[in-house]
Amino acid sequence: MTDQIYKTDALIAQDIDVYLESHRTKSLLRFITCGSVDDGKSTLIGRLLYDSKMIFQDQLAQLEADSRKVGTQGQDIDFALLVDGLAAEREQGITIDVAYRFFVTQKRKFIVADTPGHEQYTRNMVTGASTAQLAVILIDARKGVLAQTRRHSYLCHLLGIRNFVLAVNKMDLVGYDQDIFNAIVTDYTAFATGIGITDFTAIPMSGFRGDNIAAHSDNMAWYSGPPLLVHLETMELDQDTEAAQDFCMPVQWVNRPHSEFRGFSGRIAAGTIKPGDEVRILPSGKTSHVDRIVTFDGDLDAAGAGQSITLTLTDEVDCSRGQIITAAAAPLEVADQFETTLIWMDEKPLIPGRSYYLKMGAQTVSATVAEPKYQINVNTMDHAAAKTLELNAIGVANVTTDRSIPFAPYAENRTLGGFILIDKITNATVGAGLVNFALRRAQNIHWQATDITRDHHAQLKNQTPVVLWMTGLSGSGKSTIANAVELKLAQMNRHTFLLDGDNVRHGLNKDLGFTDADRIENIRRVGEVAKLMTDAGLIVITAFISPFRSEREMVRNMMAPGEFIEVFIDTPLPVAEKRDVKGLYAKARTGQLKNFTGIDSPYEAPETPEIHIDTTQMTIDEAAQIIFEKVMKSVL
Amino acid sequence: MAETTPSQTNLSRLESEAIEIMREVVSDAQNPVMLYSVGKDSAVMLHLAKKAFFPSPPPFPLMHIDTTWKFQEMYKLRDKAAQDAGIELIIHQNPEARDKGINPFEHGALHTDMWKTEGLKQALDKHEFDAAFGGARRDEEASRAKERVFSFRTAQHRWDPKAQRPELWSLYNARTAAGESIRVFPLSNWTELDIWQYIHLEGIDIVPLYFAAPRPTVERGGLLLMVDDDRFPLAAGEKPVMRSIRFRTLGCYPLTGAVESEATTLTEIIQEMLLTTTSERQGRAIDRDQGASMEVKKQQGYF
Repeated sequence: MTDQIYKTDALIAQDIDVYLESHRTKSLLRFITCGSVDDGKSTLIGRLLYDSKMIFQDQLAQLEADSRKVGTQGQDIDFALLVDGLAAEREQGITIDVAYRFFVTQKRKFIVADTPGHEQYTRNMVTGASTAQLAVILIDARKGVLAQTRRHSYLCHLLGIRNFVLAVNKMDLVGYDQDIFNAIVTDYTAFATGIGITDFTAIPMSGFRGDNIAAHSDNMAWYSGPPLLVHLETMELDQDTEAAQDFCMPVQWVNRPHSEFRGFSGRIAAGTIKPGDEVRILPSGKTSHVDRIVTFDGDLDAAGAGQSITLTLTDEVDCSRGQIITAAAAPLEVADQFETTLIWMDEKPLIPGRSYYLKMGAQTVSATVAEPKYQINVNTMDHAAAKTLELNAIGVANVTTDRSIPFAPYAENRTLGGFILIDKITNATVGAGLVNFALRRAQNIHWQATDITRDHHAQLKNQTPVVLWMTGLSGSGKSTIANAVELKLAQMNRHTFLLDGDNVRHGLNKDLGFTDADRIENIRRVGEVAKLMTDAGLIVITAFISPFRSEREMVRNMMAPGEFIEVFIDTPLPVAEKRDVKGLYAKARTGQLKNFTGIDSPYEAPETPEIHIDTTQMTIDEAAQIIFEKVMKSVL
Repeated sequence: MAETTPSQTNLSRLESEAIEIMREVVSDAQNPVMLYSVGKDSAVMLHLAKKAFFPSPPPFPLMHIDTTWKFQEMYKLRDKAAQDAGIELIIHQNPEARDKGINPFEHGALHTDMWKTEGLKQALDKHEFDAAFGGARRDEEASRAKERVFSFRTAQHRWDPKAQRPELWSLYNARTAAGESIRVFPLSNWTELDIWQYIHLEGIDIVPLYFAAPRPTVERGGLLLMVDDDRFPLAAGEKPVMRSIRFRTLGCYPLTGAVESEATTLTEIIQEMLLTTTSERQGRAIDRDQGASMEVKKQQGYF
């Protein structure tokens, strides 16, 4: 053991008040240690805790007892036992999950994420890296740069860590040989440059012996750089980068103690704010000004990145959980399709096309992931084709959300560009993602807020807008019934519009065919048009086969709750085929028409339509009357 | 107007993080509750809750899992603190433990199991809470160092340390199915020193037992115990001795060891704590059974 133990702050005994003041203003550094148990990672952390006096006598007594029982260091203290907290870890001598450790020196407080080294625990390592500002990459001096060294470095860099320490450990076992150290540094430099790590600090050390941990080691006089602890204490923090960006705060909670107060609570993700600043609310695009910055300790003159605050605004603007308040002049991009880098974290592989919850900032939306463009081999950095992502796999894939959300690329801001995916059935966190960039050009089109809102439009027409969505086979009677319903509504002075499948294909959708992809796009466009019409206050009636359940659900989700009324025009295939008003079934049967619904393309009937019309049991007029009465109930 | 430092210090970052965590719970959980043990960590947690939702009162009740064996001064502060904060206080005592007269003198580990672990499960089930705040910190004990901020519990209240939800950035997953719940630890990244310093800076009310005073004590099995009421069975010839003592942690009085001390102010307490050579949990009989005892208790549902 070294006698150069880190000194307990003498101030504690001399002048506790001065010490406390110094502790109050200490900065915080969160760092991650990467390496396997063989590299001496836990030993190193145990040593840091021990040398900074964070191990108490009773813990030391327990440690000595455990070291004799299950230790791997003979009669010496096995510091690894300090950090391997779970019973399974102690038994197997490995680290399974991230452990967080704390120590404090005269200059800084430190939170260490001690993470497992094996590839099967990549998800745990990524968890630890996500909040770290610096990474200590451990290398066993006897083994040099290994595949796992590359994996750890890559993952840390991917998660946005920009400060690296290459800790060449176990120098005592290679005779404190400078040449060995230099060779490893050369080796690592070549690799690191290749993945974009531009700068790192290499330190030769022995966690077990205490060389170059807290103080310079006499065994390595050839090393003139700082010992590890000194480097950690003095390295410049990059926390001010976020403060220098434009203001941005996800709204976590709307604070409404009484009708006179409406505040927006959140933690500032970037920039600074003060009363009077003009702000914009995304995605709505509405602007207002900050009235007060409210806290329990009194109103603030200004607040900056990292602070949890409550803002009140000068105008009565709509703003709810998940929306983001930004500087008015520097709004975030808003998009619903992104290229992302995904880290899969669940035993069950990614299912492209399945709907997951996506949580980013304070917003939770539904999202689907496309088939990955490629998977990244984390040991070689090679790209490989992939149909899915298995546990611990990392790949690049496009993600589509069910609505447009404000974001920033992850490289610019971790809070605004990092997300998790949650399984809708098991509620497990199955993946994590980093937004690389938005795919749709909508990224620079901001929602233009208008003074006449959809409510105004509806009030002027003295009605509640709805979408009557008729779905059914070709020849089921959709268009005829839709026409009869519109007639009845017009007679009651309701403002309506009928969107008919055939008519739309003459204009808006004349570029689309009848493949599954084109059918989906056909419905998406009609859904968007119907949505605009409801914004204008109209009662919209649509008559489209719309064969797929998922697209009807997609349109339903575009509309306000309760606004989408699904009407199933239920005519069995034989009946429709027998009617064959347009002679289409005959053509389909003889192969002249391809992709015909019911013949060689599927129809997915609604499971729980709002209105179910069995055309074999009633006339067109009876059907129209049923629909009309239901609609009049909801639009008045 | 108050002064503000744009560049955040260690304590202000911890405070903002805890507030962010509390607001996430209130937004994402259906029916949250704050577990309140009346200790110093609970006091800090309650104070942070007042800050997080100001000017609204904290939008959840406090719940005390009472073993009936707490120090009298704890009961006094509990009722006052809840009243001052304007929060509903739920007190749960396991009726089965009460009927059987379970106590720390005769029943050993069963006392903690029935009153605390079982009592907590009963109360969470009864009120159908899907999220419960606890004041645990990662620096307290080895298995806690590995626990998430949002820690998932099955419908049977079990913790599976090997199947924890990945927790990246400050994105917390509070989703649960019926019967399942989340334990939330807003003070995860605080250390004992941070807690004391925060109490000092914010002027938070804590139980007077943390400060040294002459109190009646007896020595039992290496622990210095305080004779808090006449339920304490004295051995033949055993007499309580007045000693100047204080407590670093508070629990059931027959299970909580005191330290001899002259520290009567917060700064003296902090000074003593920083110069001491034993950890705060050293005074707790419950932690000393075996190396991994806390992990086992936590798996069974203990907070």
